[in-house]
Amino acid sequence: MTKKNQLTKESGLSRRSFLKGVGLTSAGLAVTSGGEIFAEASGDASVKIISPGGATITLEVNGKKHQLKVEPRETLVEVLRDRLHLTGTKIGCDRGACGACTVIVDGKNVTSCLMLAIDAEGKSIETIEGLEKEGELHPVQKSFIEYDALQCGFCTPGMIMSSKNLLDHNPSPNLADVKHAVRGNLCRCGTYPKVFQAVLAASKQNKGE
Amino acid sequence: MKHIGKKTKRVDGLALVRGEPVFADDIRLKDLTYLKILRSPHAHAKILKIDSSEAMKLEGVIAVYTHEDFRRHYYTTAGQGYPEPSPRDTLLLDSKVRFVGDRVAIIVGETLEAAEEALGKIHVEYEILPALLDPEVALDNEVQLHGHDGLPGVTDVKRNIAAHLGAELGNVAQAAEESKYVFEREYSTPYAQQSHIEPHISLTWLDEHNRLVIRTATQVPFHVRRIVSEVVDYPIAKIRVIKPRIGGGFGSKQEILNEEVCAAVTLKTGRPARLEYTRAEELHAGRSRHPQKIKLKIGVNEDYTFRFIDLDILENAGAYGSHSLTVMSVTANKALALYKAPNIKVSGTAVYTNLFVAGAYRGYGAPQGFFPLESMVDEIAHDLGLDPIDLRHKNYVKEGDDVPIAKVLGEGKEGYPLVIYTSGMKECLEEGSKLIEWEELQKTSSEGIERRGVGVSICGQGSGIPGIDMGAAFIKMNEDGSFNLLAGATDLGTGSDTMLAQIAAEELEVPLDKMIVYSSDTDITPFDTGAYASSTTYISGGAVKKAAADLKQQILEMGKILLEVEEADIAEAYVTASDGRKISYGEICTKAFYTDSQRQLMAHASHMSYDSPPPFNATFADVVVDTETGIFKIKKIVSVTDAGQIINPQMAEGQVEGAIAQSLGFTHSEFMIADEKGAPINTDFFSYHIYTAIDMPEIVTRFVHTHEETGPFGAKAIAEIPINGPAPAIANAIFNACGVRIRNLPITPEKVFLELQKQKEVSLVNDKAGALSKDVDHAHS
Repeated sequence: MTKKNQLTKESGLSRRSFLKGVGLTSAGLAVTSGGEIFAEASGDASVKIISPGGATITLEVNGKKHQLKVEPRETLVEVLRDRLHLTGTKIGCDRGACGACTVIVDGKNVTSCLMLAIDAEGKSIETIEGLEKEGELHPVQKSFIEYDALQCGFCTPGMIMSSKNLLDHNPSPNLADVKHAVRGNLCRCGTYPKVFQAVLAASKQNKGE
Repeated sequence: MKHIGKKTKRVDGLALVRGEPVFADDIRLKDLTYLKILRSPHAHAKILKIDSSEAMKLEGVIAVYTHEDFRRHYYTTAGQGYPEPSPRDTLLLDSKVRFVGDRVAIIVGETLEAAEEALGKIHVEYEILPALLDPEVALDNEVQLHGHDGLPGVTDVKRNIAAHLGAELGNVAQAAEESKYVFEREYSTPYAQQSHIEPHISLTWLDEHNRLVIRTATQVPFHVRRIVSEVVDYPIAKIRVIKPRIGGGFGSKQEILNEEVCAAVTLKTGRPARLEYTRAEELHAGRSRHPQKIKLKIGVNEDYTFRFIDLDILENAGAYGSHSLTVMSVTANKALALYKAPNIKVSGTAVYTNLFVAGAYRGYGAPQGFFPLESMVDEIAHDLGLDPIDLRHKNYVKEGDDVPIAKVLGEGKEGYPLVIYTSGMKECLEEGSKLIEWEELQKTSSEGIERRGVGVSICGQGSGIPGIDMGAAFIKMNEDGSFNLLAGATDLGTGSDTMLAQIAAEELEVPLDKMIVYSSDTDITPFDTGAYASSTTYISGGAVKKAAADLKQQILEMGKILLEVEEADIAEAYVTASDGRKISYGEICTKAFYTDSQRQLMAHASHMSYDSPPPFNATFADVVVDTETGIFKIKKIVSVTDAGQIINPQMAEGQVEGAIAQSLGFTHSEFMIADEKGAPINTDFFSYHIYTAIDMPEIVTRFVHTHEETGPFGAKAIAEIPINGPAPAIANAIFNACGVRIRNLPITPEKVFLELQKQKEVSLVNDKAGALSKDVDHAHS
């Protein structure tokens, strides 16, 4: 990134206003000005057009469906935190660099500050608040407490989500797998060694070892 | 002991792994306004005109405040004890900007989007002034950063000197004459950023009694209350500061950076205000580690003891002088407290430049001092053909030794005498050298492309600021035998809530889950200077222990009344008479509440200390250098610490590991860069590279046990000391591996490569000279 861009980012065009202007998303949604329109674009039935005034979408978060009106520019983390009050997911950089906003979307780790909420429609979203089942913590959560794999706790939800997703796909990871899985989750308290221990222990616990 | 020295789960661990709304920004306020700060694009300029009319036309923009809207009151953003030893050189908003990122205007929006949009619609006319980007150039330059005479606490506005210190013990000039060997070198350390993952975030509102409530991510709630009160001219009695859970601080949140802005806006608009730093703001307009250039001289006697140490510091304060004096002072008094030398001298000058503002960062000047010191001790050992560990054994301070520098250099003024009561330094070095396999690695060959090397460094720190830091605690008893522990201390992720609970539970002999900890809310908890200077265990912990001991005595007395005896024992949550009759804590409290000799059993205590016993540490590094590219890999770090009695081994280990991770970044991957006009280059985590999971080398952490009589249960401090060792240990290991000495941090592969090239050139020249002399020999024969 050039220096010039770095400067404009702060003083002029922000990423948020950039997103506001450019609403064409990967899912094939397009933006017009004016009132709320849901329209089938001519010739391509997969392209829906919505307005900056917002679109009503359904988000499935932790197995629960929420219908809400979002603006096309709103990121998934903003909607989780501000609309659904699921504040466990954190924002540390708002640029996809720190991993504090990691959630699981359709089985994949996603930095939710980089995903538009409208792009998450129809997908299954898991957040830290959904890990505990019937009063029972997820083994990774238990293990994080046991091994003290957190200090300030701010990166912890994201770190736990990445770890949980690892175990979902690879029940017997080795140290290199764990490091790889959480490489996008920055922890400035430097709890990494304890995170490695905790995740490896949780994988054993999962298998009843 | 039941709790001290035992692994214990964090008292707040459950809430954190569940993602409970414990952090400052996890609440939503009605009628909230969102603030953004318009920042200067110029390193040095006068503001001629600010036209915000276009911004004001935007929907959702409530106000744009400029320097004309606030009174000119100079303060320091440094959250330190009062009176602050930092220069008072900062205004809420000024008509002059002094670095790229300095505040120009405050925007108040109905939404964050509106406030952000307004950033681009404010037109500012600047008169650009020459920017001073190098402390050596800035010193005595005709251009002045702070052109006002009489700024309180600024050493010399006309010379751009924010702060100055000087001290001499013995006679260094004479000692230099008398020394058998004199070594003299220059070293430097760069800007580095604290990079806590939770950005600075503050929320303010007026409560139903028109009191200003500040919910903020801070390490220093009581300093926030005092400084905000002063800046916005609102009485302390009408301000409440709430410190929720803090997402890391490392010194950066020992600064009043956004609280006063939010407070000023709330008082103007009457509405709640929220200001959060972006990551880019953190990385160029937050705070950082003071860069220093250090000229170091050490004189060595024939028996390899040190005769003198002379430390000359040129510190870059950046645009404002926050912490500039005291950081420099800690550089000197920690580095000069490590070795016995009868003659010591220090002079330090902190210079204003039009660059990033520095401040408090874990280690607080000590890493800047130990990098030169411990590099040079290694150089001395090498030049004199000594084992670097033996040379250290000969010279470091030992139990019973006086540390005269502590008396001379205190927190921006004279300090207090220091005698080493406990030191496990010898054991730290012995244990560490075994763990790193020092002897074996010394013998590895220095041939081939990949060369392995090992390095060592030692260091000390303090346990709180002597004669200044004070912490207080209050404990009250509940009728089920549980206790509310209200402490002024601030847990910013260090685990201090847990550690304080362990101290109280140990003293009162109750299970840990009987201790309900609530820390730092200026309306509710007693005072504490704050979480900095490695003070929480030693100072705040001391207060908790005293309060718990007092309360225990009260419970015993109450038990005796209820048992109707003169003598009784108190143990394990019971008071027991000699005839075997006993009464539980719960029963004692219930009776005291409702039926007998009615009272609230409660106690409070304050603690301060004129002692600040240093913890000690030895750090070892095992590295491999690729001599073709200069790329080096840190294989292993061993860190052995004497922190007295460890209160919580698992959490203490975490402190060491975390300090190492930060220090490794400081050593080779983190440095804040500005261009030739002073504009920041690396303002995100893609280009400002802090350590990630895959960067971590193997880390081995050990503790050497000592018992520090003056500390709670024998404890000294742990949080900062392990950050001092890795940089010099790695520099020394790289030298050991390939003969390259890097004296300017960060140690980049490029620097190593260039030095290796020089080495090759030198050896080529030598080879040629050798070949030539052989020819000459032939000619003669």
